[in-house]
Amino acid sequence: MSNTGEKTAATRSLILLHPEDNVLVAVASLSAGAEVTIDGEPCVIAQGIAVGHKLARQPISAGEKIIKYGAPIGSLTAAAHKGEWVHSHNMQSDYLPSHVRNKGSAHHSEQER
Amino acid sequence: MSEPASALKGYPRSDGRKGIRNVVVVAYLVECAHHVSRRIVNHFDDLDVHLIGFPGCYPNDYASDMMRAVCTHPNVGAVLLVSLGCESMDRDSLLAVVADSGRPAELLVIQQTGGTAATIAAGIQKVGAMKTVLDKQQPVAMALEELVVGTICGGSDGTSGITANPAVGRCFDRLVAANVACMFEETGELIGCENIMAERAVTPELGELIQACVAKAENYYRIMGFGSFAPGNADGGLTTLEEKSMGAYSKSGASPISGLIKPGDVPPRGGLYLLDVVPDGEPRFGFPNISDNAEIVEMIASGCHVVLFTTGRGSVVGSAVSPVIKVCANPETYQRLSDDMDVNAGRILTGEATLDEVGDEIYAQVLAVASGARSVSENLGHQEFVLTYKSFEPIGPGCLPVRQA
Repeated sequence: MSNTGEKTAATRSLILLHPEDNVLVAVASLSAGAEVTIDGEPCVIAQGIAVGHKLARQPISAGEKIIKYGAPIGSLTAAAHKGEWVHSHNMQSDYLPSHVRNKGSAHHSEQER
Repeated sequence: MSEPASALKGYPRSDGRKGIRNVVVVAYLVECAHHVSRRIVNHFDDLDVHLIGFPGCYPNDYASDMMRAVCTHPNVGAVLLVSLGCESMDRDSLLAVVADSGRPAELLVIQQTGGTAATIAAGIQKVGAMKTVLDKQQPVAMALEELVVGTICGGSDGTSGITANPAVGRCFDRLVAANVACMFEETGELIGCENIMAERAVTPELGELIQACVAKAENYYRIMGFGSFAPGNADGGLTTLEEKSMGAYSKSGASPISGLIKPGDVPPRGGLYLLDVVPDGEPRFGFPNISDNAEIVEMIASGCHVVLFTTGRGSVVGSAVSPVIKVCANPETYQRLSDDMDVNAGRILTGEATLDEVGDEIYAQVLAVASGARSVSENLGHQEFVLTYKSFEPIGPGCLPVRQA
């Protein structure tokens, strides 16, 4: 993790797991309004994103596959702009539906706090 | 990093295997004998006296096979069976299997021993006598390649597939290269990985069997109505089952897959094995594994001496019979639950360590625990054990091509 040119750990907040991915993963929790760097360009994120969660690397249309680890992990159900949180509110499995404890707003507002 | 010389010591068993622990297990053969058994175990308050059991009264071949396999696991030195008296578990043949293995083995039937208090008193006396016998046994030198290691993830989140799981994969690659038998499991959490996994099989036939095995899991979970995906997974940033699968899959490392086994099948030699934990046939008894410990019990039945457990959200469990090493994926979880974790793989995210460094640390922990050091969960007294109803068909010859090689 000491490659020259790579951002230091302290300033790195997102990682790209595979060059073909269209989502990035937060390596630390980010609050709403935080400025991040996506592919060299600054981007302000609108909502809080917890560690381990995904955000769009580029604008993605509804119906497009989400690629992570270089592999499809589901499809987007609503368009996402660059830097937007990608999770169960705008994405679904191409295999089996995911079971969630609280369907609807309760779960999402928790993430946005 | 130089390869440390193996200083393992194991307790030799009559089947040729060696144990890294020498525990007494007290096994209840139906829920009705659980309380009596627990009182016997609690009396000793001993890290090497463990409670296991099966709650059901109806007969089940799988449950009988699992009880035999766990009671004759190399980490087990002696067994006390506790029966109510009227349940279906074939207690006499179970007792005979354990006794034939050369272990001290006893059976108490509550209805014939005078009830609760009398059976607890008799059990305490028998376990005390077993401990006296085991205390005199001396371990012998054990080669690293005599070890069997399993891995499981529980309470996964969006960090698991980036830190702890690939770090365990690095550790697995080192172990497999040293000819250790390693296994990964939960085909229901490998849905979406079937094709890339099949490409790693040592024969094309095995690859097709692996694909069919994952298709079986998908069909099973589809009928049940849910995939293997808990609300906590979503809280932690995982959105879909296939996303969770991709992260879980990285625990297997990059070695070729040598075989496909089912619970109770012990790997015939070193290499990487996939354990199929989803029952055969139409769903009959409910979800394949109601919680992580059901899978751990199956890996132990397949010979695992130690289990590597990766967690993002923060599972605290251990296991009866075989020690569990906890690898925490999420640096924020580690801050909250560091007293429950053996390894902090979250350091990969904070830039304090590389995947290879954490992989080496896990490898060193495996050697330490196999040499007698207590894992964190073991030292905290975690001895979870879950066994429920299932049904399996035996594996076919194509599942273990290494056996024919």
